[in-house]
Amino acid sequence: MIIASNVVKKFGKLKALDDVSVNCEKGQCIALIGPNGSGKTTFIKCILGMVVPDTGFITFKGNNILHNWVYRDEIGYMPQIGRYPENMTIGQVLKMMKDIRNSKKELDEELVESFGLNDLLQKRMRTLSGGTRQKVSAALAFLFNPSVLILDEPTAGLDPVAAEILKAKITKEKQLGKLVLVTSHILSDLDDLVTQIIYMQDGKLLFLKSIEDLRTETGEEKLARAIARVMTNN
Amino acid sequence: MRKIIKYVTVDILRNRIVLVYTAFLLITSLSVFALENNSTKGLLTLLNVILLVVPLVSLIFSTIYVYNSAEFIELLVSQPLRRKTIWLSLYTGLASAMSIAFFIGAGIPLLLNHADTSGFLMIGVGLLLSIIFVGIAMLAAVKTRDKAKGIGVAILLWLYFSLLFDGLVLFLLFQFADYPLEKPMIGISALNPIDMGRILIMLQMDVAAMLGYTGAVFKEFFGSPTGIGFVFIVLLLWVFIPLWLSVRNFNSKDL
Repeated sequence: MIIASNVVKKFGKLKALDDVSVNCEKGQCIALIGPNGSGKTTFIKCILGMVVPDTGFITFKGNNILHNWVYRDEIGYMPQIGRYPENMTIGQVLKMMKDIRNSKKELDEELVESFGLNDLLQKRMRTLSGGTRQKVSAALAFLFNPSVLILDEPTAGLDPVAAEILKAKITKEKQLGKLVLVTSHILSDLDDLVTQIIYMQDGKLLFLKSIEDLRTETGEEKLARAIARVMTNN
Repeated sequence: MRKIIKYVTVDILRNRIVLVYTAFLLITSLSVFALENNSTKGLLTLLNVILLVVPLVSLIFSTIYVYNSAEFIELLVSQPLRRKTIWLSLYTGLASAMSIAFFIGAGIPLLLNHADTSGFLMIGVGLLLSIIFVGIAMLAAVKTRDKAKGIGVAILLWLYFSLLFDGLVLFLLFQFADYPLEKPMIGISALNPIDMGRILIMLQMDVAAMLGYTGAVFKEFFGSPTGIGFVFIVLLLWVFIPLWLSVRNFNSKDL
């Protein structure tokens, strides 16, 4: 569904992405794992077209995404730090996004309800706590029933209840055959969620493995331990 | 595109600076015409105020606005929207807000007090300068990542167009005083939209006689329909070239 071929991105001297090639298929739930600054967010931004690769290309359902924008209709993106117009209320932001997307598909307002955002519609974005902001981002990512979900640190800053709601929602969408790309440092959150692991370091993609392979190779049941073993072996 | 323009315009109108700017222009132009019993003198005073204030406010306000909308732009870029659409909507919103402010603040008093060719020309020049400097501001904002640096660049650009450019021209004139520079001066003045506007209106008001021989050459050129056409073409180029460059830059910008 999403194919990246030899993507290179430099910021000045820093190589944020170094020859990354990957193939993501429908129904997979892929975790992007790696130390801070390993290029996870840059890679996600490349897929979204927010960062333009220096060389290499990315295709979405067979079409090159360069200078294309229609494909983003099928993507729900939850940024690491959700930044919204500060003077708008939650209600206005939701309304504006619905207006801009003008989606004919049925809206999925499950998260808006389960996060209790309906009671906060009058609150201005600048007064929100980090966690509430994350809730708005998550609700927006799922709102338009996209076939691809890209979640950058979805559970960071969420309280345990909200994090569980979100994880349940991700599992549900995965079972509907959607492609989910998720980055997180809280590996225990990913244990029963992901099917594939991408491990990145210094902008390089070190491996893409299914979680079963990783477990058998390292002999560890828990993802956190398996990854720790990989990191120390490197 | 219409939807984004709507959201941008609503957001700008909520900003009080534009209202203050409109009120300032309105008070200045009304009082200038009320103080001077000779309305041509009033026009000349107003011309100087407009040529100083309009580029300044358009430049600084637009630059700050673009930086403050960084979140909004980021949000929009991750949506199924063409980047060009996002950028042009932002431009349209800013340009129309600045133009409306100018028209209410200076255009209406001008129409009331001085509804002749020079009055109309002045409204035209003011509107063109408003949108030219919105374009230049957006180019400065897309080129520099850092907000403080971007605003600094905008202020420097204003200084250049309003003050430094004239100084440079004067320097050139003195250095090459022995050569006939009158005709090349027409070309040089095209490098500054503010000067273009100033010359055009001054020559309409018959004060060209004070400009000596250069004034006579200017009068001959800018006083003719070809000259006025030339000025408007140059000003339109000043509208489109910075805008086109900024769109090109924004299309490949990393957010």
